[in-house]
Amino acid sequence: MNLQPSPADEAFRAEVAQWMRVHLGGRFEPLRHRGGPGDEEADPTLRKDWERELAAGGWTCVGWPKAEGGRGLSIEQQVIFHEEYARAGGPGRMGHIGEGLIGPTLIAFGSEAQKRRFLPGIVAGREFWAQGYSEPNAGSDLANVQTRCWQEADGSWRVQGQKVWTSLAHESDWIFVLARGEPGSKGRQGLSFLLLPLQQPGIRIQPIRQLGGGAEFNEVFFDGAVAQADHIVGRPGEGWKVAMGLLEFERGVSTLGQQMRFSHEFELVLRAARANGSAADPQIRQRIAQAWSGLRVMRYNALRMLAGGEGPQLKREALIYKYYWSNWHRDLGRLAMDVLGPAGDVVSDDPAIRPLQQLFFFSRADTIYAGTNEIQLNLIAERGLDMPREPRPAA
Amino acid sequence: MNFALTEDQAMIRDSAQGFLADHSGSAAVRAAMAGATGYDAGVWQRIGGELGWCGIPVPEEFGGLGLGPVELVLVLEQMGRHLLCAPYFSSVCLAANLLLQAGSPAARKRFLPEIAEGRLRATTLLPSIADWSAAAAAVQARRDGERWILHGRCPRVPDGASADWLFVLAQVQGERQPGLFALPREANGARVTPLEGWDATRRFAEVALEQVTVPAEQRIDATGRIGEALERAAALARLAIAAEQLGGAQQCLDLTVAYTATRKQFGRAIASFQAVKHRCAEMMVRIEAARSAIYGAAAFAAVETTADALSLECSTARALASDTYFFCAQEAIQLHGGVGFTWEYDPQLYFKRAQASSHWLGGADVLRERIAQALIG
Repeated sequence: MNLQPSPADEAFRAEVAQWMRVHLGGRFEPLRHRGGPGDEEADPTLRKDWERELAAGGWTCVGWPKAEGGRGLSIEQQVIFHEEYARAGGPGRMGHIGEGLIGPTLIAFGSEAQKRRFLPGIVAGREFWAQGYSEPNAGSDLANVQTRCWQEADGSWRVQGQKVWTSLAHESDWIFVLARGEPGSKGRQGLSFLLLPLQQPGIRIQPIRQLGGGAEFNEVFFDGAVAQADHIVGRPGEGWKVAMGLLEFERGVSTLGQQMRFSHEFELVLRAARANGSAADPQIRQRIAQAWSGLRVMRYNALRMLAGGEGPQLKREALIYKYYWSNWHRDLGRLAMDVLGPAGDVVSDDPAIRPLQQLFFFSRADTIYAGTNEIQLNLIAERGLDMPREPRPAA
Repeated sequence: MNFALTEDQAMIRDSAQGFLADHSGSAAVRAAMAGATGYDAGVWQRIGGELGWCGIPVPEEFGGLGLGPVELVLVLEQMGRHLLCAPYFSSVCLAANLLLQAGSPAARKRFLPEIAEGRLRATTLLPSIADWSAAAAAVQARRDGERWILHGRCPRVPDGASADWLFVLAQVQGERQPGLFALPREANGARVTPLEGWDATRRFAEVALEQVTVPAEQRIDATGRIGEALERAAALARLAIAAEQLGGAQQCLDLTVAYTATRKQFGRAIASFQAVKHRCAEMMVRIEAARSAIYGAAAFAAVETTADALSLECSTARALASDTYFFCAQEAIQLHGGVGFTWEYDPQLYFKRAQASSHWLGGADVLRERIAQALIG
C-alpha cells in the first residue's frame, strides 16, 4: 500500500489542470459544474461544442488504445484525468455513452468496418450516442427484452418495439439496441445488438418528465426502424454477450472523477449550512461529518478497486460500490434539503439553492438506475457471499 | 500510488489468520475468559516471541520489526476477528504507541525492546473520552524534591490488573502541558481493582493512585511536544481499535452466512430467503466501507502528515468501525434466531465486545462532532 504519487503522475496532473484552466473559460465558462446527472438538459449545444474542444486537445477517449484513436493512458493517468476534469468543474460529458459504452464495445466486439465507421466520430465529438437497453417490462429483469428485430431480404434489419429511460436520445445521432431476433426465445438467448440512426421515419422519441421537472430521459418507439445489414455487433443471437461484455472491463477509472463532483456538492451543502446557521445544529453536524466520512470511504474504496488487478471476478469492494455511492448520494440530497429548511421548498434559481434541490430530486433515481438497491443487494449476497441464487426463468 | 497489499503484507495477514484460527477459536477464547488473568500465557509468549507481533510498530533499533500502521492494522483485524484475549492492545497499541509518539529517548530505550519481545506488559491510564490532553486532568502530578507525587484515579484501565507497568498521563503542577509517567503496577500507593466486565475477552481494572511516589527518571515524556504527540498517539490508537472492530464485524457476517446456509425452515436453507440475503448484503456493504476507510487511514498514517489530518482520517475510520461492528453483531444475533440469544453460540461474545469497545477512546458521536468541528469550524 502506497499513497505517494509518482513524479510522472504529478506532472501529468498539472498538465490536465493547466489545460482545463485555459480551455474551460470564455464562452465555455457557463458550463462549469453543469450538465451532470439531474442537469443533463443544461445547454446541450454548447456542451457538444465543448466535446469538440476536448477532442482538439486530445482529451476524448483517453483510455482507448492509441490504435483505435484514443490517447492510450494508463489506468493511473485516466484516474488523474477524470479527477482533474471534475475538480475544474468540467461539464457532464455529452459524449459519455459513446466514449464509455459503445466505443469500448465496438473495440471489443465490432468488425473492422464498424470500428472505421463509428470510432472516429466518437473521438472527434461529432456523433453522439444513446443506449437502448431498458424497456417497460425489462428493467431489473433486463433479459426480458421484448423489442423484436428481423432481417429483410436485402439484409437490412428492422426493429419493432419500445425502449425507455433513454438518456439524451433527443440530442443523440445514434442508438444501440438490444432486440429479440429469434421469435419465441426467452431471456438471454436470441438477442441481437444493433446500431441505428435516430433520425429516421421508423423512430419516434418522446420525453419523459421526471419528478424534478426535467426531461433528460425518453421513451423511444421503433416502428419498422431500419439498421443497415452490417450494423449488427457480434453475430445474431449474441446480443446479451455483447451488451454485458463491457461490465467485465469496467474498473472504475471514472469513479474518482464522480467523487470530485460529489465533493463539490458536499461543499455546496457545507456552504449553505454555514450561511444559514444550521451548521450549529448538533444533528446537522453529525450528518455533515457522516457525509464527509462517506467521501473518504468512496475515495479509498475506489483506490482498492483500482488496485484489484485484472480478472473478471468483481471484488468485494467493487460489488458494494454502486449501492454505497447511490445511497450516500441520496442521503446527501436529503441533508441538503434539511440544511436549507423551508427555503428549500420554494422553487428557486438561486445558484446556492437550485443545485441542492436538483441533487435532492435527482438522487432518488440513483438507487434505481443501473441496478436498483434491491438488485444490488441480491448481487452482493450471491456473488460476494455465495448465498443461494434467486430462482431465474429457464433460458 | 498503489493501494494493493505488498507480498509481505499479505503474508503477515495470512500468518495471523492461520495462527489465530488455530489458537484463538471459540473454545480457547472461552477458556481464557474464564481464567484468572484473562489470557493464555503460552499463546501470548508465542505472539511476543516466535511471531514477533509485539514488535510490528517498534523500530528495529529497539529490537522491533520496524513495520508500519498497515501491517499493524492487518494483524489487529485478525485479532478482532478471533477475539484474541491477550494484553496486546494495551501493550502495543497504547503503551508502545504512546512511548513512540511522546516518550523520551531514554524511556524508549528502557521499555520498547522488552515490549517488542512481549516480555513486558504495559498499559495506559486513559479515561473513555476522546481528548487525551483533557484526560490527563484525572491524575495530578506535583514535584517533591527529586521525585514526583502522583494522585488520581482512572476508572477503566485495559489489562490494568496484569500489566507490569502503568503509563500515566497527568496534569503537572505549574505546567500547561500534561506529563507522562511510568510506574510499576505494584508501586506503593497504586491500588488496582479488577473489574468484572460483560465483555470478558478484554479485562479492565480500576486504578487509584494515592500519593504515589515516582523517581524523577520515571517521568518519561520527551520535553516540549506532548500536545501534538498525544493527538497522534490517540489517532493511531483509534485506528488500531477500528481494525479490531472491523475483524469482529467480519466474523459476525461470516458466522451468520455459515449458519443461515445450514439452518432449514419451510424446506429450504434460510440463506435463500431475500429477507435474509439482503440483511447479510447490507452487513457486507458496511464492512467493506469500514475496511476502505481503515485501510485508507492506515496507508495515510504510513506517510508523513500533520497530526490534524491524521486525526481526521482515524476518527472517520473509528466512527465507522464502531457503528459497523455493533450493527453486524446485532444482525448476527437476529439472523441466528433463538440460538443467537444463547450463551453457547458465539454471536453474544461479539455483541458484548462490540458494545464494550464502542465508547472507548471516543465514541462515534463524539468523533463525528470532532470531524464536524474540523470541517465547519
